[in-house]
Amino acid sequence: MPLDKSLSRRTLIKASAGAAALGTLGAPAISYAQADAIKIGHITPRTGFLGPLGEYAAQAAQLAAEEINAAGGIMGRRLELILDDSPNPQQASAKAERLVQRDKIVALLGEISSASALAIAQVVQREKVLFINTGANSDALRGSDCQRFMFHIEAQNSMYVKAVGRSLIRDGLVSGKKWYSLTADYAFGHDLLNVAKRYMAANGGNHAGDDLIPTDLADFSPFLLKIRQARPDVVCLNLAGTQITNFLKQYAEFGLTFPVAGFGFDTALAWGAGRGNFGGTWPVVWHHLIDTPGSKAFVAGFQRKWNRMPENQAWGDYCSMKVVAQAIAETKSTDGMKIVEHFEKGAKFDLLKTREGYFRAKDHQMMMEMYAITALPAAQIRNQYDIYTSSPPVPAANESLEVIAATDDENKCTFRA
Amino acid sequence: MPDLIPLLSQILNGLLAGSYYLMIALGLSMIFSLGGIVNLAHGAFYAIGAYLAVTLAERIGFGGALVASPLIVALIGMVVERYLLRRFYNADPILGLLLTFGLAMVTEQTLRILYGAAPIPFSIPQELRGQVFLGDFVYSRYRLITLGITAVAVLGLWILLTKTAFGKVVRAGVQNPDMVGALGISLKPYMTAVVMIGVGLAALAGVLIAPIAGVHPAMGQEIITFAFVVVVIGGLGSFWGVVAAAAIVGMTRGVAAHFYPAATEASVYLLMVLVLLTRPRGLFGERIQKFE
Repeated sequence: MPLDKSLSRRTLIKASAGAAALGTLGAPAISYAQADAIKIGHITPRTGFLGPLGEYAAQAAQLAAEEINAAGGIMGRRLELILDDSPNPQQASAKAERLVQRDKIVALLGEISSASALAIAQVVQREKVLFINTGANSDALRGSDCQRFMFHIEAQNSMYVKAVGRSLIRDGLVSGKKWYSLTADYAFGHDLLNVAKRYMAANGGNHAGDDLIPTDLADFSPFLLKIRQARPDVVCLNLAGTQITNFLKQYAEFGLTFPVAGFGFDTALAWGAGRGNFGGTWPVVWHHLIDTPGSKAFVAGFQRKWNRMPENQAWGDYCSMKVVAQAIAETKSTDGMKIVEHFEKGAKFDLLKTREGYFRAKDHQMMMEMYAITALPAAQIRNQYDIYTSSPPVPAANESLEVIAATDDENKCTFRA
Repeated sequence: MPDLIPLLSQILNGLLAGSYYLMIALGLSMIFSLGGIVNLAHGAFYAIGAYLAVTLAERIGFGGALVASPLIVALIGMVVERYLLRRFYNADPILGLLLTFGLAMVTEQTLRILYGAAPIPFSIPQELRGQVFLGDFVYSRYRLITLGITAVAVLGLWILLTKTAFGKVVRAGVQNPDMVGALGISLKPYMTAVVMIGVGLAALAGVLIAPIAGVHPAMGQEIITFAFVVVVIGGLGSFWGVVAAAAIVGMTRGVAAHFYPAATEASVYLLMVLVLLTRPRGLFGERIQKFE
């Protein structure tokens, strides 16, 4: 029997486009309807190179919601969490709009991609609904693109760079030294590269070169060869998502020995690299070894519910859920503007660290402690999670929390009315 | 000429890196040529191969996983061919596309449910670690080993397709299935075997890449598009066309990484456009009657 006429070699070419589309489909929203509940939306990438982090984010949001409801809800009303995913900025914007208009959420949490957070910010500003960004780092979101209804529990790039920068200066890797960088080729990476260049130049570092890395790149060997030829004193990474895992594995594979430092990081990606592959010094907003009662309880609760260790992305979504619940209870209101004003007055929140944090009124960035973690030598690693040691909190106890945040000269925000 | 050395090492590295797409592209090409199925689920078999490697290596070592994982995936391929693909050989190609598209998504989500979305830790076995130096060019010892395994697999496949009775029927089936049928030969068992070999090769690639790239649910779709591009550039029905295309794609990436890193991945698509404009059948594509 002859094959169908419409089958041709052109089918194959069209199919290549189909293959590319495999990664772009999103999942439907999952909601658990509740009468008279306070609805909070959560949106984050669940697929693609940020997908691994989005899974932690969604799990942590569910854990927090469960804990809040177990403790009697918010002002006696149940909290209803509506989860959705944002594979790209267009879908992030469309889904945020749907959550607000159809599901009538009182607040939106989540996001990891800076490009998607920017798209969501425009929706929430138009709709006057509170949005807490739990994972997008770009300074621009707190500067030129800032919005009155957007707050950031995730640290900004400036905070990441300055937190790890102190460790690099202490180790003599900045002044008069040559640094080479690899940068994720999208909004987050470009923003981080600018911040990193400014910081390193101000502290006497010489930039040896930068390569922009496509987000879907899995084979770093061309860039490892370039790094080797450049012979830098330190390799600085402005990468994101699974890029970090791939880089760590292949850097170890090629046996390069230049010190490594990152200006952005997620612990799950180092855990995923495997024994003997994690190296260097990296900044984090939170990690599972922090010795406070709050962090210990969160680690235990997350492990009980999800049977794995929480990482820094989980922390952001867990804490912002608690922050919103607390703010609604304190203002006795679900009105977006009232909560915005409450935050702007400097309300304090427990962030599972030694000091409480607060949103800075002028750019809505959470002021809080950060940490620089350093990889342990392979011989000292006892299990798959405890693979690093941490610096004390940055800023130190006697410093203002604002010393690592961007200054007005570096990143200025003007809210439009 | 010191300026040329970095570029040359990029080209050499690219040539070697091309072998990663090769094993996946060969299987894709075979399944499409014989069955007319565009197997969008090919990357899924590659991912299953990698996950099986992680699971099996704990029990039977990396060497054992290298053998066992492709065999298990080939058996899965047999079931998929027998109960799913077989229904679509003579159907509108869009149906086969939708089926394999769905299979790819189901597999990715199943891996996500079983193992989580985060990459799972896996490293190069201690005894295979190390680097090889060639003047100023450094290469990973492990990658040279994988290159050797790829070469053996590709050569074995070539011998199977050109020097055996099995290969003769498969090649005749590609060119003229009706005539093969008229001679009293059923292509069904051959198609099953071709799918098993194709997905087994994809799984082998998955095992080999697992120690050097992230093992995560989306790893299949990361590589499948590239494999398609390699098949399209190489040309249908041409074994060595696919081999040459894998090498050219690898080199193109290396050159792009040298001159304009942001276009490392995009350069490959640009290459495909150029090839299609000048040679619509691909570099070495044969004229296959049933696809014209």
